[in-house]
Parts: sequence; structure tokens; C-alpha cells
Amino acid sequence: MKILVAVKRVIDYNVQIRVKEDNSGIVTDNVKMSTNPPDDNAIEEAVKIKEAGKATEIVAITIGDDKAQETVRKALAVGADRGIHVKADGIIEPLAVSKILKAVVEKENPDLVFMGKQAIDDDCNQTGQMLAALLNWPQATFASKIDVKDKSLEVTREVDEGLETIEVNIPAIVTCDLRLNEPRYASLPNIMKAKKKPLDQMSATDLGVDTKPRIEQIKVEEPPKRKAGIKVANVAELVNKLKNEAKVI
Amino acid sequence: MSVLLIAEHNNKELKPFTLNVINAATQIDQDTHVLLIGHNADSVAKSISEVSGVKKVIHVDSPIYENYVAENYVPVILKNAENYSHIVSAANTFGKNLMPRVAANLDTSQVSDIIKVLSADTFLRPIYAGNAFATVKTNDPKKCITVRPTSFDPAPSTGGSAEIVKGDPGEEYSLTKFVKKEEIKSDRPELGTARIVISGGRGLQSGENFKLITAVADKLNAAIGASRAAVDAGYITNDHQVGQTGKVVVPDLYIAVGISGAIQHLAGMKESKVIVAINKDGEAPIFSVADYGLEADLFEALPQFLEELNKLNTIQK
Ligand SMILES: Cc1cc2nc3c(=O)[nH]c(=O)nc-3n(C[C@H](O)[C@H](O)[C@H](O)COP(=O)(O)OP(=O)(O)OC[C@H]3O[C@@H](n4cnc5c(N)ncnc54)[C@H](O)[C@@H]3O)c2cc1C
Ligand SMILES: Nc1ncnc2c1ncn2[C@@H]1O[C@H](COP(=O)(O)O)[C@@H](O)[C@H]1O
Repeated sequence: MKILVAVKRVIDYNVQIRVKEDNSGIVTDNVKMSTNPPDDNAIEEAVKIKEAGKATEIVAITIGDDKAQETVRKALAVGADRGIHVKADGIIEPLAVSKILKAVVEKENPDLVFMGKQAIDDDCNQTGQMLAALLNWPQATFASKIDVKDKSLEVTREVDEGLETIEVNIPAIVTCDLRLNEPRYASLPNIMKAKKKPLDQMSATDLGVDTKPRIEQIKVEEPPKRKAGIKVANVAELVNKLKNEAKVI
Repeated sequence: MSVLLIAEHNNKELKPFTLNVINAATQIDQDTHVLLIGHNADSVAKSISEVSGVKKVIHVDSPIYENYVAENYVPVILKNAENYSHIVSAANTFGKNLMPRVAANLDTSQVSDIIKVLSADTFLRPIYAGNAFATVKTNDPKKCITVRPTSFDPAPSTGGSAEIVKGDPGEEYSLTKFVKKEEIKSDRPELGTARIVISGGRGLQSGENFKLITAVADKLNAAIGASRAAVDAGYITNDHQVGQTGKVVVPDLYIAVGISGAIQHLAGMKESKVIVAINKDGEAPIFSVADYGLEADLFEALPQFLEELNKLNTIQK
């Protein structure tokens, strides 16, 4: 079984982002970048399945500028066998990403595609579902547990009401939640070894995909700030304020 | 131009957030139709027809739709899509799972999680966990949109008298099978719509200690929330998680207990009207959004809080 894993390079989740002064976007110069957090879970799950003897090859793929390659290298360092970098600049919308992934799926013929449930920059939560649509494959989104069966997966999904279990035939798309597993760290020797693993490069144009955004980003602004509150000295004061000042209880 | 809205329900009841989405939809276009895909859900069809602002209900009934599976819903939506300029649903786990599968089939770039309708093609949406707001304009002829329900008031559930028409079911998708849903039933108000929410974090130290939170929640008729750390640690189930990758809540009162206030948590609660933080670390970032901060050990503060509440003659419900 072969697993394709999509990893996106995003601003690190610990960074307090800043809006550009001309309101054209977010400041990215000299800002720490890393792999989109749930994409680490996607890689980890693929590696665990391979370690359990149920997968033979893991291919990590990213779509982005030259630096996005770092994300693939990191995936190679924790256990992916091979990497693909599809070069594309600027904002690549989930629809375009999913078209690129579809083209790659048609070349690589993986049995499973793992991805994150949501990119923490655009917060779109679309790409996996879109890829599943384009391929007409089953989709198991927001996965917090995956059982690999003979020709199917049993997946536990995190939904608003609690947990849902579905069974999807292979081939399938899975989008991963952070609770799926505990991603491992890359050891130094493995980081060195990853540098020698194959990493193919191609462009979106090579794959015949037009990545021009369909959605115009007219402006990006800071959200309204909350005005500063006060500290109360004790619980009695708190309850008094809630009752008589805020009038919420 | 008109809007097709995909209803969320369990064949017995309409999920309350559908009302908020109906309100958003009517701001896009007055001609809002609701597509109800289900099985033996006549009572749901009737209740949607009574919602103010709904012009038509298309009711599709088949045993295939006993349980919600996006792969089964999509062919029905595509069949009906032709007559509409916009297709909308809630930006919760229902709509997030469904809408992109519709959008890709229509070759449309979806606009996720809108918090304001600026015009029929221009919307405001949060990005980077709500640390920036983007104004976006979609140029696709058919627009697929998910709506953050808590950013819109619910449409009144009465006052409408829409016609109900029967629609045709789609083909069954055989590669995905619903197995089970573990729904946690409680008598408490729903987290998404509660007037008061009290949430616990890693500071609670155990699931057992959450009873301190429960006691206050009972007294205030509040819903219970949690940070991701508290869910990860197994103190409480995932349906309670508030934040960027959990639920967004906008109650009148949000009480954060033993929660540090990471940006991913703030993403789910910082629009609340009044925020209270109880934390023993005076430097915790949660205090920067709190209207009332109490720097205290929660194991002392929560029992005292309950005691003070008990002294009050009246408590708003
Ligand atoms: C991609 C991504 C998505 C995420 N999504 C979410 C999300 O949706 N929701 C979410 O909540 N988090 C989310 N997180 C996690 C988030 O970054 C934080 O790790 C998490 O919110 C921390 O939870 P916490 O505040 O309970 O724990 P901690 O940060 O450990 O804070 C515990 C707090 O309790 C206080 N405390 C301890 N003991 C006591 C006591 N006795 N009395 C009073 N106070 C006490 C401490 O001072 C501390 O401030 C996400 C992270 C990532 C990377
Ligand atoms: N540019 C990209 N390169 C690789 N994977 C991506 C890219 N964009 C999105 N993805 C994948 O799609 C998931 C969901 O992204 P999104 O739909 O943007 O929230 C991410 O967690 C990634 O796994």
C-alpha cells in the first residue's frame, strides 16, 4: 500500500501574526515558518502504518515556493520515503491545491491520501474534501482514530456532537485531527539521511493546473481590539461585578 | 439569483444553527430556499417552512439519508444547484465536511466561515485563528459559502409559511458507510448557543476535578467548555472543545478557569460579551481579553464562587 501525504508550510503556530500596514496581507518576512500542525499528524500516522507492515511507501508532497521544500525534508526526516515539490508562488487556493493533488494522484496511484483537516493560516478546511470530490473517492474528515482493514479503513471522526465512526473503502482521502497521534521529532541522523532521499520537483504548469486565485482578497485588517478589563481582588467582588455592573447573572 | 441552504438536522429536529445560517442567507438574497435531505423528517420540513425568511423548502426523503454522509448528500445538492447563485451551510463539522465536496464538483472556490455579508459576492472572514479579518470577493458564477453561525442572530423560528415541495433522491454512494455516532446527551444548554459558558483547562488537573466546573454550571444553567489541552488529557470529551479547531462560542458570559489563553483558544471565545478569567498566573495571556480577571487558585476560587452565587436571591436563567 502506498500513502501520499500533503504537507503545507505555514507561519509557525506560536507566532503572533502581524497585518501589513497597507492591508494587503500578513507579514511573512523574517517570520518563523513550520509544517501546518495537523499535517505532522498525517505524516506520523502514515509512518505508523508503514511500521506496522501495512504500507510500503510514503510520499510527501507540498505545493508552494522554493522554501516549501523544507516541509517535505522534515517529512522525509520522520519517515517518508520520497518527496515531491510542486512549485507555485503566491496564494494557492484549496481548489487549485486539490487539482494539483489530483494530477499527482493520477501519476502516483496511491491507495490513501492523508492530509491535515485545516491549514492554520487560511483556516479553509477544504482541500481534502475537494480532492475527494475530484477523484470521487470516499472522504474521512477530522480523523482522530484510523483502523486499517483489508480493503477499507474504519475511521473515528471528531464531530460537533461527539464522535462518529465511518468505514471507507480504499482508495480514500483522510484529513487528520491533532488528536490522531503524537508526532515524533526528527533525530539528527535522520535529518542527515533525509537530505539524500529523492525529492522530485515540478511546476503547477507541468501538471496543467491553473493556480490563479478565484477569490480576490480585497483587504486584510486587524480585528477590533477588546478594551482592557480589570482585575478583581476576590470572588465576592467578581460576583458583585457580574451581577450589578455587567448584569449577566 | 437565489440561495440554496443545506439544512442540518437529525430527522427529528432542525439543528438550531440552521436558523443563524438562514439569517445570513437572507442577507445575501431574499429568495432563500432550504434543501432538507433526510428520512422520515416531515416534522423538520414543517418547522423549516415556518422560519421567517424561508421562501421554499425542498424535501428529499429516502432511507439512504437516515444518517448524514456527505458523499450521499452531494449528488442531491448538485441536482438542485442549477437554479441557484449561492449554496450555503453552517461552518461547523456538518458544513465543513460537506460544502467543499459540493464546491469542487462545481469548480468553485469556496468561501469558508464568513462572519459578515458585505454584498452578494463580498464577505468578511477571519483568518489566522481570528487574528486578522479578510474582506474577500468571489468571482465564481456559483458561490459556495459556509457561515459562522455565532456571527449571525438566529432567524425567528415562526412567522414564515413557505411551500414544501418534494425533491428527488440522488444515487447512493456505496464506498462510504456510516457505522455509528456516539452522541453525548445532556440536559445542559448546548455549548454553541448557551447564554453562559464555563470552561476548564489543564489547570483542572483531572477529569474528576471538572465537577467543580459542573457545580457552577448547574447553578448558572451554563454550558461546559474546555481547552484542547483538557480534552487531550482526557478530562472531558472532544465535543466540549472551544477554539480554532473546536467550537466557536459567543455567549453573554464566558468564564475561563485554569486556561492560559493560547491564541488557538482565544479564536473560539474572544467575541464573548463578558469574559471572566480565573488563573493563578497573573501573567497568563487570558487576562489580556478578560473583562474581569481573578488571580487565584481555582481550587479555592471555584467553591467560593459557588458559595457567593448561592447567596444571591436571583440568578438570570
Ligand atoms: C493547530 C493547533 C490548533 C489548536 N486548537 C486549539 C483549540 O481549538 N482550542 C484550544 O483550547 N487549544 C487549541 N490548541 C492548543 C493551544 O495552543 C494550547 O496548547 C491550549 O489551549 C492550552 O490549554 P490550557 O490553557 O488548558 O493549558 P495550559 O496552557 O497548560 O494552561 C493551564 C493554565 O492553568 C493555570 N493553572 C494551573 N493550575 C491552576 C490552579 N490551581 N488555579 C488556577 N489556575 C491554574 C496555569 O497558570 C495556566 O495558565 C491548538 C494548538 C494547535 C497547534
Ligand atoms: N499548498 C499546500 N501544499 C500541500 N498541502 C496542502 C497545501 N494546502 C493545503 N494542503 C493540505 O490540505 C489541508 C487542509 O488545508 P485547507 O483546506 O487550506 O485548510 C492541509 O492540512 C494540508 O494537508
